Amino acid sequence: MRIECPFCGERDHSEFTYLGDAGFRRPDGGGEGLAGRFYEAVYLRDNPAGPHREWWCHSGGCLSWLRVTRDTRTHEILGVELASEVAVP
Amino acid sequence: MRYSLFSLLGQALTGHRGWRPAWRDAAPKPSYEVIVVGGGGHGLSTAHHLAAVHGITDVAVLEKGWIGLGNAGRNTTIIRSNYLLAGNNPFYELSMKLWERLEQEVNYNSMVSQRGVLNLYHSDAQRDAYVRRGNAMRMHGVDAELLDAHQVRSMLPFLDFDNARFPIQGGLLQPRGGTARHDAVVWGYARSASARGVDIVQNCEVTGFLFEGGRIAGVRTSRGDIRARKVALAVAGNTSTVARMAGLKLPIESHVLQAFVSEAIKPLVPCVVTYGAGHFYVSQSDKGGLVFGGNIDGYNSYAQRGNLPTVEDVCESGMALMPAIGRVRLLRSWGGIMDMSMDGSPIIDRTPIEGLYLNGGWCYGGFKATPASGYCFAHLLAREESHEVARAFRLDRFATGHLLDEKGQGPQPNLH
Repeated sequence: MRIECPFCGERDHSEFTYLGDAGFRRPDGGGEGLAGRFYEAVYLRDNPAGPHREWWCHSGGCLSWLRVTRDTRTHEILGVELASEVAVP
Repeated sequence: MRYSLFSLLGQALTGHRGWRPAWRDAAPKPSYEVIVVGGGGHGLSTAHHLAAVHGITDVAVLEKGWIGLGNAGRNTTIIRSNYLLAGNNPFYELSMKLWERLEQEVNYNSMVSQRGVLNLYHSDAQRDAYVRRGNAMRMHGVDAELLDAHQVRSMLPFLDFDNARFPIQGGLLQPRGGTARHDAVVWGYARSASARGVDIVQNCEVTGFLFEGGRIAGVRTSRGDIRARKVALAVAGNTSTVARMAGLKLPIESHVLQAFVSEAIKPLVPCVVTYGAGHFYVSQSDKGGLVFGGNIDGYNSYAQRGNLPTVEDVCESGMALMPAIGRVRLLRSWGGIMDMSMDGSPIIDRTPIEGLYLNGGWCYGGFKATPASGYCFAHLLAREESHEVARAFRLDRFATGHLLDEKGQGPQPNLH
């Protein structure tokens, strides 16, 4: 599995550190149901068999945070974006 | 047919022409009382215990491929009950007790071999942690012995004791731990369940669920709709995918774990050994191959194959522990898909949907749990209450905060 870093080019995935699913965001503010929203963000995952958006850090390279779209059935990398340039859902 | 020395002798005298298939490859009936989804070790163990303990035989086990073709046939066959937490230990000890009588119970040779499981320690702090774990085990009535370096050396003289960075100071031994023949476990439970009237339906993939009045009424499958009063999921690896068809989102990620076997060599490793300064565990099969594994690859995957950096990492750990392993050629490696739960512990519980029950989240420790997992899941299905040793394996523990985090890693599944 090789990931195309926007700065460094195509590199082996052993240079990267995996954080996980990029499909949720930490709830902010207070209000009704905050505990429930935190529970969903911290623990519940879609875990799809297919394209999966996920956070990787090029920790053995330029230290960029990336949002990688990868097919979990084949490990094929479908797209790489800089985390700083994508709107978090 | 009951297997015994006499049946073997009888067959030997008649040219082995009288052996019958060990279980019926059944066609699905229109309805059952209980449908178990997943014909792996856990699903078949559940069916066996439903029939043998609770007398519920109107049961079907639905398997999308062939039984035992998933993680039941991909693990490193280790059995042990050396857990620290009070929510875990009695469950795994029940499993160990069921392993000890498995062959008599199902009349099938599962090759349970209590050759011992030895966890090595390499520092004073790690020794203290193992003393604590060993004491916790003994307080639960589980066997545990703390060995010093001299005792370990007498058992395993070929280890790298004087490694400059991670010298071996000793180990925590569970003498009753060991290995079992994984395929035979599947076949034994299948044979026992089938003989008691359970239908084992292969090549029958669940594609959806039937609902009536908000509760489960059956499953849609590639071989037609099948109705049931209760549907029990035992599909670890694919739990999220199957549960999604019922509208559930779970605290589980799927990850790939690789395992390895070397060419066969003469008897060398007398027990299961785990390296304490990395993640590496090794035992020797009866055929002579060294069976070993290490960490999961660390990213979400359904691919049933991993990547080379993990192969390298596992082999490096093996070399650090026992340099002689470098002389042995690697024969095969393969991958299995693990249900990595958010706290590293399993789930055996009802779901919010009436009539739908969940057994999953086994991370990479499911094989050793096979007997007790089925025993406790059958108990839940038959009696509508959790078995006392599985009460901590609740689905709602993530919402209530009653986590079972044996490793203390937090909600980061690739680190458990």
